[in-house]
Amino acid sequence: MRNRNSSAVWTKSILLCICLLLFIFPFLMLLVNSFKENKAITSSPLSLPDHLNFSNYINAFDKMDYVSAFTNSITITVLSVLIISLLAAMTAHYFVRNQTKFNQYTFFLMVAAMIIPFQAIMIPLVKIYGSIGFLNSKWALIYMYIGFGSPLAVFIYHGFVKSIPAELEEAALIDGCTRTQTFFRIVFPVLAPTTVTIAILNVLWIWNDFLLPSLVLIAPSERTLPLSTFYFFGTYSVDYGPLMAGLMLTILPVLIVYLFAQKYIIQGVMQGSIK
Amino acid sequence: MITEKGLWNRLRLRLLFTGPTLFAFLAVMIIPFLYGIYLTFTNWDGISTSSSMVGFDNYLSVFKDTVFWKTFLLTLEYVFISVVLINIVAFLLAYILTSGLKGQSIFRAGFFIPNLVGGIVLGFVWQFIFSNVIVFVGKEMSIPLFSNSWLADPTKAFWAMIIVTVWQYAGYMMVIYVAGLMNVPKDILEAASIDGASLWTKMRKMTLPLMVPSFIVCIFLSLQRCFMVYDLNISLTKGGPFKSTEMVSMHVYEKAFLSRDYGVGQAEAFVLFLLVATITIAQVYFSKKLEVEA
Repeated sequence: MRNRNSSAVWTKSILLCICLLLFIFPFLMLLVNSFKENKAITSSPLSLPDHLNFSNYINAFDKMDYVSAFTNSITITVLSVLIISLLAAMTAHYFVRNQTKFNQYTFFLMVAAMIIPFQAIMIPLVKIYGSIGFLNSKWALIYMYIGFGSPLAVFIYHGFVKSIPAELEEAALIDGCTRTQTFFRIVFPVLAPTTVTIAILNVLWIWNDFLLPSLVLIAPSERTLPLSTFYFFGTYSVDYGPLMAGLMLTILPVLIVYLFAQKYIIQGVMQGSIK
Repeated sequence: MITEKGLWNRLRLRLLFTGPTLFAFLAVMIIPFLYGIYLTFTNWDGISTSSSMVGFDNYLSVFKDTVFWKTFLLTLEYVFISVVLINIVAFLLAYILTSGLKGQSIFRAGFFIPNLVGGIVLGFVWQFIFSNVIVFVGKEMSIPLFSNSWLADPTKAFWAMIIVTVWQYAGYMMVIYVAGLMNVPKDILEAASIDGASLWTKMRKMTLPLMVPSFIVCIFLSLQRCFMVYDLNISLTKGGPFKSTEMVSMHVYEKAFLSRDYGVGQAEAFVLFLLVATITIAQVYFSKKLEVEA
């Protein structure tokens, strides 16, 4: 009995290892080829590089305008995520503690709006904000992310605010806190685990988003990482070495963060899906 | 609950707590959505400041636009195959992972990696795999199936899209299934084993019915994401060869922003929204009925 069990465990483990290898195979190929010269990439894509040659990386770093794209991506992602989390927590808290008809309908409208795909809004969005000259800046993009991100964030916070006992807040109010102070000193800190979930879901979305920034950001100096990767690929489509290095450069920051925050990211996805 | 006194105080509090969120939400989602419906009745070309009402002409053009329906049917086919495969692969991976193996968290983390990277980058990575690595292997080992780039053949390019989609989302859905499987009570499974239920019976009669909530979430998420596929489409195949893998999202984008046919483009986007909303709501509504209590 014991024997059969352990051999079954072994088969499963080996099966999973093969699956995992298949899963990360594309990334391994990318890594290996990013150190090779164009000729070596096309003639033998599977072989290991002769030596570690970083010229592709330097080349891609330059042509992608990596520093600028990376800074834009970081600024947009961090600011959007911080603002979405704070504002959505405030709104959800207000909705839960003031259950008027108006608030309930507004909340319902936000939840219902989550079904609208971005493609159904993009044309009027570009027309409206183009006509008032509010496109082509990261601030416009951050503002739009707040609008698109708040429904899901309010929805998730709403569920968790309900589990905070109202007595906790009443005690703070009696002790002399204002409503605003109560929120910032009592409620928001208690919501920290939910904030982590929301931040993770939003970072994964905003950092990798392509269609919205491609419509909003027109000037090359404003490009985010996915945009600059896209234009880099379009311009140098046969220059394989630098392209591979460019893709590696785009993936690397996320992988480094993932290495340290892996547990929280997986948990965030789990929490976010249970709604 | 203690309430603030005075109308002004209450209004100020409401504005502070809900004002910014609601403003952004209304101005970015609701107003463009409603304005979009208005746009479908005009013939705006994207440049001129004036446009005239054309009634239902745009909707008529949508029904006559054979390319739109061709891309829509192709998207339906793509969505159906992808959603089924994503959920089968994800569930199997999750099932094996939760059956008491060592290093569960390492595997889980590994399978999740494709979801950290955006569709644009994944598409480019796979473009290289399909048109260089696989072709190289196919030629070296003389396997005819692989010796020409899959991206150069309409049918194979379509399957390439599906493979990459399944590869990308299976890890994400797996995480959700793992969470669901860990919530299936162990005691009832044990009781069933003692009563002599086989692995397959336990799976069919207990695990699967108890997992219905996870299935609803995963199928909903994968439906929504696959229907709206754009990034992967543009970076992996660019809709080619010969527009044979152009999905509906890409067609709407081209109609509006490249052909400058904004009225028709928006009408198509709106029709698409109605169809997708109907399908996803129906999916959730009907599968809710399958839910059971442990």
